[in-house]
Amino acid sequence: MSSEDVLNPKHMPHDPEKATLEGKNKFIGFWFFLGGETVLFASLFGTYLALNGSTQGENTPEHLFGLELVFIMTMLLLTSSLTSVYAMYHMKNQDFKKMQIWLGITVVLGLGFLGMEIYEFYHYIHHYEFTFRSSAFGSAFYTLVGFHGGHVLFGLCWIVSLMLRNQKRGLNLYNAPKFYIASLYWHFIDVVWVFIFTVVYLMGKVG
Amino acid sequence: MSTAVAQKRGLGAVIWDYLTTVDHKKIAHLYLVAGGLFFLIGGLEAMIIRIQLMKPDNNFISAGLYNEMITMHGTTMIFLAAMPLIFALMNAVVPLQIGARDVAFPFLNSLGFWLFLFGGLMLNVSWFTGGAPDAGWTNYAPLSTISPGHGVDYYVMGLQISGAGTLIGGINFLVTIVNMRAPGMTYMRMPLFTWSTFVTSTLILFAFPALTVGLFLMMFDRMFGSAFFDVGLGGNAIIWEHLFWIFGHPEVYILILPLFGAFSDIFSTFSKKRLFGYSAMVFATVLIGFLGFMVWAHHMFTVGMGPIANSIFAVATMAIAVPTGIKIFNWLFTMWGGQIKMTSAMLWSVAFIPSFTIGGMTGVMLAAAAADYQYHDTYFVVGHFHYVIVGGVVFGLFASLHYWWPKMFGKVLNEKLGKLAFWPFFIGFHLTFFIQHFLGLMGMPRRYWVFQEGQGLATGNIISTAGAFLMALGTIIFLINVIYTSVKEKKVSGDPWGGRTLEWSIPSPPPHYNFVQTPLVRGLDPLWVEKMDGKEGMTPAEPLGDIHMPNASILPFTISLGLFIAGFGFIYQVDDPTWLIAVFAGMAITLGSMLTRSLKDDLGHHIHKEELEEDIKKGVGKS
Amino acid sequence: MRGWMGKFRSLFLFGALTMLLTGCGIENISALKPKGYGSELLFDLMLISIAIMIFVFVIVMAIYAFVLLRYREKKGQEHIVPKQTEGNKALEVIWTVIPIILLLVLAIPTVQATFDLADQSTQEDEGVITVDVTGNQYWWQFDYSGEEISTSQELYIPTNERVYLNMKSSDVIHSFWVPAIAGKMDTNPGENMNTMYLEAYEEGVYEGFCAELCGPSHSLMYFKVVAVSPDEYEQWVEDMKNIDPEATPETASAQEGQELFNNNCMSCHAIGGASAGVGPNLGNFGNREKIAGILEPSKENLVEWIVHPDEVKPGNQMPSELVTEEEAGKIADYLLELQHSDVGQDLPVQSVEE
Repeated sequence: MSSEDVLNPKHMPHDPEKATLEGKNKFIGFWFFLGGETVLFASLFGTYLALNGSTQGENTPEHLFGLELVFIMTMLLLTSSLTSVYAMYHMKNQDFKKMQIWLGITVVLGLGFLGMEIYEFYHYIHHYEFTFRSSAFGSAFYTLVGFHGGHVLFGLCWIVSLMLRNQKRGLNLYNAPKFYIASLYWHFIDVVWVFIFTVVYLMGKVG
Repeated sequence: MSTAVAQKRGLGAVIWDYLTTVDHKKIAHLYLVAGGLFFLIGGLEAMIIRIQLMKPDNNFISAGLYNEMITMHGTTMIFLAAMPLIFALMNAVVPLQIGARDVAFPFLNSLGFWLFLFGGLMLNVSWFTGGAPDAGWTNYAPLSTISPGHGVDYYVMGLQISGAGTLIGGINFLVTIVNMRAPGMTYMRMPLFTWSTFVTSTLILFAFPALTVGLFLMMFDRMFGSAFFDVGLGGNAIIWEHLFWIFGHPEVYILILPLFGAFSDIFSTFSKKRLFGYSAMVFATVLIGFLGFMVWAHHMFTVGMGPIANSIFAVATMAIAVPTGIKIFNWLFTMWGGQIKMTSAMLWSVAFIPSFTIGGMTGVMLAAAAADYQYHDTYFVVGHFHYVIVGGVVFGLFASLHYWWPKMFGKVLNEKLGKLAFWPFFIGFHLTFFIQHFLGLMGMPRRYWVFQEGQGLATGNIISTAGAFLMALGTIIFLINVIYTSVKEKKVSGDPWGGRTLEWSIPSPPPHYNFVQTPLVRGLDPLWVEKMDGKEGMTPAEPLGDIHMPNASILPFTISLGLFIAGFGFIYQVDDPTWLIAVFAGMAITLGSMLTRSLKDDLGHHIHKEELEEDIKKGVGKS
Repeated sequence: MRGWMGKFRSLFLFGALTMLLTGCGIENISALKPKGYGSELLFDLMLISIAIMIFVFVIVMAIYAFVLLRYREKKGQEHIVPKQTEGNKALEVIWTVIPIILLLVLAIPTVQATFDLADQSTQEDEGVITVDVTGNQYWWQFDYSGEEISTSQELYIPTNERVYLNMKSSDVIHSFWVPAIAGKMDTNPGENMNTMYLEAYEEGVYEGFCAELCGPSHSLMYFKVVAVSPDEYEQWVEDMKNIDPEATPETASAQEGQELFNNNCMSCHAIGGASAGVGPNLGNFGNREKIAGILEPSKENLVEWIVHPDEVKPGNQMPSELVTEEEAGKIADYLLELQHSDVGQDLPVQSVEE
C-alpha cells in the first residue's frame, strides 16, 4: 500500500486526527506543548501582578482601561473559539467545505479581535502617552497582552495557510491532525484571553 | 563509527548526511561531538579560573576577564556541555530501550539539535566581538541590565535559541515514550534510564518556559528600553531571580535525573541483578521531579523573603533528601548479593555513590535556611554544586559513555585507558572541591577574582588548583582513549556486557531502522527475561514487513541558521538600526523554512521487506 | 552559647566536631570561629546538620564497603547467576522513615533559627541603634539614623548590643557578610529593603565581605566592623558628630591638600556630617584600617589610589587622573591627618602569614 492509499481510506475513521501514529504523536505532543505555554503565560502573569502597581504617574490601570472595547474583544474571541469547534465537528463528519467555512469565520473574528487590540494599543500610546517604556507597569502590560496578541497573529497565519494549502485536495489523514492541533491552539489562546480579561482588565478596573 | 562508509562516500556526502539527518542515532553523534567540544571549552575556562586563584592577589587575568570566565564556564558547562551530552545519551539509547524505530518527531529532534548548536555558537562568538557575558551564569539584574558592551546580549540571545531547542527535545522524548513503546513495554517495565528521561523531559517542559520569559524580559530591558528590572521606573530586580530559579532549580534535576537512570541500568547490568526496589526507584524519580518545582527559592534565602517563606522552602528542600536517599540505598542493595564486575563504567558508577552522597549531604546543610546565611554565595556552595554536578552528572556521563559506547560505535572503549583516566579525575575531583567547603566558611565568597594575603585561604586554594590539573589530566586520557579505541580496538558484538534491556538485543551500531521486527516485551529487563528462558534474542511482535521511515531534511538547519542571523541583528540594532536588516533576513529564513515545512507534504519513505531480508542474511537482526 | 544547644556541645561528637572545625580559618574572619550572636547560632546549626550527615554517611559507607568487598566477581564465577531480588518492603520503609525523622530533627532548629534571626521586635525600643547600610559599587556606606553621622567602609558598633541594619543598594545587588559575627543579607536596589541585626560578643575588628557578584571589583569590596565597648562607642559617636570639615590641618602640604580636596573632590565626597551622596564620606579617614577597603594605609598607596583608582579597583566610579601625582600627594597628607576619633585604634587586626 502506498502512502497515498493509507492517507485517503475509503471510509474515513471518526477521529481522523488520531488515526495514524503521526497523528497521535502530534495530538499528544501538542498537548504537552500547551503545558509549556501555560508556564510561559503563568510567568508573564506573575510578572504583571508584581509590577501592575508600579505605574510611575497617573497612567494606572483604572485610568487607562475601558471595559466596553475589551468586552467586545472578549466576545469576538470567545465566539471564534465556538466557530472553530464547529469546524472540527464538520471535520469529523468529513464535510470539508463546511469545515473551511467555519474556519473562515474563525479567522474573520480573530482578525476583528486583533484589529481592536491594535486600536487599543494605538489609543493608549497616542492619547495617554502610555508606552512600553513609560513605567514598569507599561512594560509588563504590553508584554503580557502583546505576547497574547502575537499568539493570535501566529494562529491566524497558521489557520489561513492550512486552509489555502488544502483547499483543493480536501481532507485526508495527513492534514487532519494539522487542522485539529491548529484548533487546539486557538482554544488555548482563547483561554489565556479569559485570564487576561479577568486579571488585567477586570481586576485593574475594579480591584 | 561509520568511518569506513565515510571514505567510500566522500566527505561532502557525510557532512550533508549529518546536516540533514533525522536519525536519532546520528543526532546522538552530533550532540556528543558538539557537547564534548563545549565541555572542553568549559574545562579550559575552569583551568584559567583555577590558575587565577592559585595564590593570593594573583594577576593572571584581569578582573573583567575573570567575570567573563566564570560566567561562561557556568553557562557553557550547564547549557552547552552537560545538557547536550545528556541529550546524546537519550537519543542514542531511549528509542532502543523502548523498542522503537525512531523518536516521535524526527524532524523536531534534528531541529532541537541545530537550535542548541547555533545558540551555543552564538554565546561563544561573544569572546571575539568585544567581550563575553560577565554577570555570572545566573545573570542577576540589575548587574546584567547595566553591564556595558554586548556580552549579556549574547547570553540572552544564545540561551533563548538553545533553550528553544531543549524544550523541543523535551516534548519529543515525552511523546516518544508515551506513544512509541513496543508491545508489552508497559510503563512499569521501562528501564530506569527511560523513566528518568521521561521525568526529565517533563521538567524541561515546565521549567524552560520560565527561563524563556526571563530572557525575553531581559532582552526587552536591554534592547528595547522596557523597565522590568529598572528600579528607576518602578521595576523590580527580584523578578529575574524568581524566574531564573523557577527554571534553574528544576534544571539541576534535569541534569542529574537521567544519570540516576543510567547508573541504575549500569549497577544492575554489572551486578547481574535486577534493579533492587524498581517501583520505589520509579516513585523516587517522579517525586524528586515533582519536589524539584517546589524549592526554587532556596537559592534566594538571603534576598529577604522573610522567615516564613524561608522556612517553608527550607523544609521542602530537605524533603528531597528522602527520595534521593531511597535511591542511594536501592543502588547499594542492587549490588548486594550480586556478581560485581568492575568495568570502567562500573568504576565511575561506584565512585559516584560516595561523591554524590557528600554532595547530597551538603545540600541538606544548605537547605537549613538560617545556616545558609553563612554558606550562601561562598565557596561552600561552589563545593556543594560541583560535588553534585561533577560527582553526579560528569561521573554519570563518563560511566554512560563507557557503557553505551559499544552500542553507539560498535567498539568497547579501552578498559585499561578507561581506568587510567578515572583515577586522576577522581582524586583530582575530591582535591579540588572538598577543600572548597572549608574555604567558603573561612571567608571566601564565590566569584572572587582575588583573595587577599593573610586571610588564611592560600593553602586551600593551591590544593584546589592542583586537583583541577589532575582532573584535566583524566579528561585528556579519556580523549586519548576515544582516539585509541576508534583506531585500534576491534568491533564487538551487539551485547558485550551481558545486557538486560532491549538496546542490547540488536547489532552495534544498530541498523538505520533499529529493529527489523518490533520486539515483544515480556517483562522488566526484557532481554534478560528471554535469556533466562534460554532464547537467543527477542521474540518479534509483528511479521516481517515494510518499515516506514522519515525523510531527511535540511530545514531544521536553515530554521536555526535564520534565528542565529536574526540574533546578531537584535544585538546590534541597538547601535545601528541598519542591523534590523539582519533581523528581517534571519526571520525570513526561519519563517520561510517553517512555512515550507508546513506546506510541503513529507510522507517519509519505506524500507521494503526484500531489503530487510537481504539485511537479515548479512546478519542484521541478531545482536 | 546560651540555650539548649549548650548542653549538646559537651557531647563527644559535637565536642570533637567543634574542635576540628574551629581549627579552620582566622579569628574575626572565619565563620567557624563565631564571635557574635548570629554566627554562634548558625555555627551550632551547622554542627547539628554535620553530625546528622556524618551519621548517614557512615552508614552508607559501611554498606558500600561491605558490598564492594564481599560481592566482587571472582575468577571462575563468570557463569554464576545471582538471585534476582525484586526488593524488600521492610527495608524500603526503614530507609524512608529514618531519614524523615533525621530531617525533622534538623528542621526544627532550622525554623527556630530562621525566625530568631529575622526578629525585629526591639528595633523601635529606646536607645537601640539602627544603621542604614547602603551597598555601592564598590564601597559600603553606613548612616547612623538620628545621629547625623555618615561614614564608609568601617562600621562601628558597641559590643553585646543588638545593632539593627536597614539595608539597601544604590546600584546593583550586593550582599553584606561578616562571617565572624553574623550571616549575610543582600542589599537590593529599589523598594526591597532588608533588615538584619549584628551582636558582637568581643571587641575587635571583623572582616566584612560583599558576597553577591556586583562587577569587576566584587572581590575588592571589603569592609570592617569595629566592635568597641559601649562607652567607647559613645565616645566615637561624640567624636564623629563634632567633626569640623573646615578645620585647618597642621602641615603646609596638608593645608594645600585641603584646598585641592575642596576644589576637586567635594562634589562627590564629604568630611563629617551627613551622607555625601555619590562618594564615601571620609570622616576619620586617617584612622582607617585600609584605604579603599584593600590597601594598607600609607601615603604612597593613597596617592596611587587617588591618581589611578581604576587600577586598584577596576570599574569603580572615581575618575582617573583628576589631579596630578604631586597634588595627590598633598591631598593624601591632608586625608591622612583626618584623625577625628581614636576609638578602636588599640584593637589588633587579625591575620596570619602563610
